[in-house]
Amino acid sequence: MPITHPIHKMVFPESEGDVLKVRDLHFSYPDGHVALRGISLNLCSGDKVALVGPNGAGKSTLMLHLNGILEGRGEIELRGLRLSRNNLPVIRSMVGLVFQNPDDQLFSPTVFEDVAFGPLHMGLPEADVRARVTSALEAVRMSAFKDRLSHHLSVGEKKRIAIATVLSMNPSVLVLDEPSAGLDPRARRSLINLLRELPITMLVSTHDMRLVQELFPRTVVMDDGQIVADGLTRDILEDEELLTAHGLEKP
Amino acid sequence: MLYSPIQPMHIPDNFLSITVSLICWAITIITLGVAISRTNKSLGERQVPLMGVMAAFIFAAQMINFPVLGGTSGHLLGGVLAAIALGPWAGMLVMTAVIAVQGLLFQDGGLIVMGANILNMGLLTCAVGYGLYRSVIGSNRTVKLAVIGVAAWLSVMAGALSTALQIWLSGNAQLQVIVPAMLFFHAFIGFGEALITVAAVLFIIRTRPDLLGEGTESAQGGRGWILTGVLLTLIVVLLSPFASTNPDGLNRVATDLGFIQSAQTASGPLAGYTVPFLESVSASKIVAGVIGIIVVLAIVFITGRSMQNKRGLNTQSNNIQATRPPIENRKP
Amino acid sequence: MHSDAFDRYHHHDSALHRLDPRIKVVVAIAFILSNALLPDGAWMAFGLAWLFLILANALSDLGLGYTFRRSFIALPFALVAITVLFSVPGKPLSQFHFMMWDFTVTDAGLLRFISIVIRSWLSVQMAILLVAVTRFPDLIHAFEHLRVPAILTTIIAFLYRYLFVLTDEVMRLLRARQSRSAAAAGQRSGGGVLWRARVAGNMSGQLFLRSYERSDRIYNAMLARGYDGQLLTLNPHELHARDWAYALAAFLFILATQFVGWF
Repeated sequence: MPITHPIHKMVFPESEGDVLKVRDLHFSYPDGHVALRGISLNLCSGDKVALVGPNGAGKSTLMLHLNGILEGRGEIELRGLRLSRNNLPVIRSMVGLVFQNPDDQLFSPTVFEDVAFGPLHMGLPEADVRARVTSALEAVRMSAFKDRLSHHLSVGEKKRIAIATVLSMNPSVLVLDEPSAGLDPRARRSLINLLRELPITMLVSTHDMRLVQELFPRTVVMDDGQIVADGLTRDILEDEELLTAHGLEKP
Repeated sequence: MLYSPIQPMHIPDNFLSITVSLICWAITIITLGVAISRTNKSLGERQVPLMGVMAAFIFAAQMINFPVLGGTSGHLLGGVLAAIALGPWAGMLVMTAVIAVQGLLFQDGGLIVMGANILNMGLLTCAVGYGLYRSVIGSNRTVKLAVIGVAAWLSVMAGALSTALQIWLSGNAQLQVIVPAMLFFHAFIGFGEALITVAAVLFIIRTRPDLLGEGTESAQGGRGWILTGVLLTLIVVLLSPFASTNPDGLNRVATDLGFIQSAQTASGPLAGYTVPFLESVSASKIVAGVIGIIVVLAIVFITGRSMQNKRGLNTQSNNIQATRPPIENRKP
Repeated sequence: MHSDAFDRYHHHDSALHRLDPRIKVVVAIAFILSNALLPDGAWMAFGLAWLFLILANALSDLGLGYTFRRSFIALPFALVAITVLFSVPGKPLSQFHFMMWDFTVTDAGLLRFISIVIRSWLSVQMAILLVAVTRFPDLIHAFEHLRVPAILTTIIAFLYRYLFVLTDEVMRLLRARQSRSAAAAGQRSGGGVLWRARVAGNMSGQLFLRSYERSDRIYNAMLARGYDGQLLTLNPHELHARDWAYALAAFLFILATQFVGWF
């Protein structure tokens, strides 16, 4: 049985302003592996939340549920809209999911095409698509890269463009998987600044505890498919027993 | 440089006559048309990125070479592997993309003759390879791997024969020279292809058996493929020695169809032209003999298998999405 | 290895670079087709075709000899056509003996051989120029507009994008193999052909699985951004009067070449 820490659980109760609500989410993979065992989580508008936990804790699985790529048992609500098969397209435009490896996220030959992919598939007219591409690239400070070829970008640049590809859909919540992995210190620093500036609700899965400490007021700890702690980052980072039990380290 | 290995089968522009180029384009376009409508019908939407990345895979895998003999090296061409992994139609589309990029971006193969290049290296290799593979799909691993090896070798020979015939039909080489020359040369290339394909498939079967198992796209091919594979194999086997040793018949046909000028009427100037090694050493006969033996064995075997297989036919499931678990669960 | 090794595009801001990619594709294909249609030994026409190429080079700002220098990489292929020398019926020019073969070179064979080499050379240069002045994604768009089925252009677009990623992976695999291809003192390194093929096969299998799993992740990334099986692209190119003018000029030139070649 996983160790749970009831003291930390559900410090943040549901409220009217919640952007994202997850209630009692369960999921098993077809091969029988149980990945999520009853996840409940709320994100308030403007929240910047870190999601930490060892490899295999279910962080990525949870993220893939938030926009319906995986379908588990339980409820997911975005701005009061309950996720179901019928409203998948709407939900997907509300959840900006950025994958860990930018080479998977940037699948088009050019930066423009990639950033335009989301808005185009939302059915927006061409002028709107172009406007959104421009503003998304501005938001990540990459306006000059519009006509670049994706494979010519550095890892740091790719990460920024990857974020732009979902910002262009004007999502309600940004969900990032390991944004700082594989970045050199300078690119990491500039990414941290970018995340701090972006005025958007975000849930960020990471192993980078210094990033957590610096950027996120609130931290959710997952292990073995469960949320074992959810609270203020400074409280959680002080709880050495909790951190050690779940393979985490104090920064 | 390591990019796009130079392959003798990539015909450059102007090596085939316009007529032959256009006929090849026509065959290619018709086949691709069928392939596109089949893949649209049978493949899920996730097949689009899969085919795209697999095309990049084939391209990149062609760079993995291994030393064979004195400076020559073997590497993957990939038609059979693509067809086995993705199913024949998707495999053809993937190979088409690879050949198109090689021709367009790297000038490895011409544009007007691209139809012929796609036909030789993409469509034929997939058809031969998949046809033979499909016939033993229910067999045990050893049998499967053996047939895949033979299929890989034959796919290269089929492509080489077809290339040789196109060059001959264009009036740019003599049948009794080009056919044995191409086949002899490609017998070695095919050997490399066979070894590497078998090793790659074995690796995949060991690590992700679900990718090649029942319920995958590649298990769905109709039984018509077996017939196609066996027929193409027979053509390669029967036509190669015939074309090499007894070219008059084919020459007459080609002359009658207006492809080439009759070599016979110009008997004077050509009288001095002989290729004695065909009569004496006869590499072509050796090649033909080897093909013959392998193919006879294969056919006997295939017939036996397909009779045995008839019972298990309706057990195939038809939803790939449901049977193939997503990748995320591979994480520890 | 840096991805630039694959890029054939040379960034410049020339008239040819700015020309609509559709026009460039159609003109390049027309030029290559026109070469193929010219009769053997149409020296004047070959000269005109070469002039066309030089003019196009001049318009590209890449330097007059750009495609010429590059074309030598492709030229050795032309030697494959050597069989033509002995295959075309005609007046025998010379006869020689090599090992145990007798070869007769005919006049028609020689004419055909030289013509084929020139034609291929011209065609290859045009193909080189086309990809040097057109970004590959634009080429793909051009083919989309020219009614190449979307599924094929999409596969090609993916192929182009992941070519760089996967060849990098191949490089890493090859380097890993090299680093471990050591030999104990006095021993020969490596096993037999079968063993080497097995290693290469395992590497291919490894690469296959990584690619397969990558395609799953890409699919998820596409889903996350609203992909529902339909691929949409913006129409990024418009034909201007300038494009039409260039196209017209090119076609007139090519027609003239044909005329000179045949009459």
